[in-house]
Amino acid sequence: MNGGRHPLALAGAGLVVVAAALPFVLSGFRLFQFTQVFIYAIALLGLNVLTGYNGQISLGHGAFYALGAYTSAIMMDRWSVPFLLTLPAAGAFCLGAGFLFGIPALRLEGLYLALATFSLALAVPQILKYFEHWTGGSQGIVLSKPDAPLGLRLTADQWLYFVSLAVLLILMLLAWNLLRGRTGRAIVAIRDHYIAAEAMGVNSALYKALTFGVSAGYTGVAGALSAGAIAFVAPDAFNVFLSITFLVGIVIGGLASISGAIWGALFIQFVPNWAQDISKAAPWAIYGVFLIVFMYTMPRGIAGTLRAAWARRARRDVRSSPAKGGLL
Amino acid sequence: MDIFLQQVVSGLATGGIYASLALALVMIYQATDVVNFAQGEMAMFSTYLAWTMLNAGLPYWVAFTATLGLAFVGGLLIERVVIRPVENAPVLAVVIVCIGLLVILNSVAGWIYSYIQKPFPSPFPEKPIKLGNIVFGAHDLGAIGVTLLVLLFLYVFFRFTTLGLAMRAAAQNPVSSRLCGVRVGWMLAIGWGLAALVGAVAGIMVAPIVFLDPNMMSGILIYAFASATLGGFTSPGGAVVGGLLVGVIENLVGTYVRFIGTELKLTVALAIILIVLVVKPSGLFGRAVVRRV
Repeated sequence: MNGGRHPLALAGAGLVVVAAALPFVLSGFRLFQFTQVFIYAIALLGLNVLTGYNGQISLGHGAFYALGAYTSAIMMDRWSVPFLLTLPAAGAFCLGAGFLFGIPALRLEGLYLALATFSLALAVPQILKYFEHWTGGSQGIVLSKPDAPLGLRLTADQWLYFVSLAVLLILMLLAWNLLRGRTGRAIVAIRDHYIAAEAMGVNSALYKALTFGVSAGYTGVAGALSAGAIAFVAPDAFNVFLSITFLVGIVIGGLASISGAIWGALFIQFVPNWAQDISKAAPWAIYGVFLIVFMYTMPRGIAGTLRAAWARRARRDVRSSPAKGGLL
Repeated sequence: MDIFLQQVVSGLATGGIYASLALALVMIYQATDVVNFAQGEMAMFSTYLAWTMLNAGLPYWVAFTATLGLAFVGGLLIERVVIRPVENAPVLAVVIVCIGLLVILNSVAGWIYSYIQKPFPSPFPEKPIKLGNIVFGAHDLGAIGVTLLVLLFLYVFFRFTTLGLAMRAAAQNPVSSRLCGVRVGWMLAIGWGLAALVGAVAGIMVAPIVFLDPNMMSGILIYAFASATLGGFTSPGGAVVGGLLVGVIENLVGTYVRFIGTELKLTVALAIILIVLVVKPSGLFGRAVVRRV
């Protein structure tokens, strides 16, 4: 296990270098797809903190994604706030909203929570259309793509790519820090056995509502980024299928793992396209088959499977070199 | 007053539809502890099967019965083939498999039958029934009647047959049931089969009203969730009462509360679900789940 850290860190640094080089190699649309992957990864990270680590199932994170996107869009459109400033605002707003929604959700577990959040996701497009004055109704709001700041010779697409990558890395670091310490242990303890956690002095109500807030905040930032990247927000983009896609993303990527967010984001961004390439007639049938086969072969998701494979290798290494492993 | 009564009556009519799908949801939840997100699509697909048979010239009730048979076998097969491999996987893996099933059924139905809406015949007379100033649609009454019949059938089945008892036992305590010789795996499969059958009834009763298309169930499913939540996920009778209530509430709120109208109807379902979950999570007729620590 000790030897595992260095190659992993190296691989991570290598990936960041590759990611930084991508925008100078790829063409516009491909680049946009990768920007979208980072944005999804942020949303999945948020959902994974809630569902993977804290054990609260949410089928309604599309609602917070929509809230973030609209916060950013309205701020840019109405008050001409610079794009970058709308990101923390959207995050904070969604954090508050998530915290408030988390309070009634405290009483619910498992299935019931899934239902409550599911109905939230279903209602969002209608609610957005209803507040036409602010949201532009079903027409949505058309934005202009935020440009790179003066002095940086990047196209708008390249700039958005780097912003998304940077935000993703910062938020991953924050999540990692949050989850490895005292707070993270409390969050996981509530998932594993909340009565025992409470007996240990964990304020489970506060932690659950806070986790809901943080999770919604992450998703809100992702939504705000997507408003900038697509330069358009409309209610029907935030349908219930988006929320389901997020849940698919975290389960395929791997619950309770930070890297799982990236695997999941790659899956939900690219697999539907591949399905389309395979069969024009019934692409979603192919996608469904993919989903089912994935769950058969890797019920713990991509990150979980990789982790298990890694652990197997580490064990084998120990066995093959007894001098290193045999402390006794 | 007449308007009020008329709204209540039409609320009951739509409520009957919600009730039948809610019944299917509750069934599968009781028999298997799984909330089947593909329930609506399974019902939709069964309805297409019925449509195919009717188009081939079979008499209505023959096609009806054959569809129920096919739906039962189909549900059984889905459990055996698709769900069984993830029996011991984490709950969320099962949910994802159900979602996979949902998109497959939806997509395949669209592929075979296209996304164009099709009319679907009703077995009941077209002429509405008048009682004073209030109009009852014959189909609506018939649909409620059929739902109540299904409920009665389920009640008798679960209460008075050995198989029904074995199914309840398998759902409640799989380990002890297995020790008593109940084949738990097959009980789950039969549960799925029955839920598919009830769903098929719901689909066939809904189709004359909303027309047949691959997405016909998505709007109804959320109301069915609201109904099952209101009535209690552990009570089939509650699901039916919940369905009728949701239908009436939806109609009355849409008529009398001006800012809601038809635009925010789905939001009414959301509000019902949230209020019930906060005030009485087990629903009107459900048992609170007690867990041993």
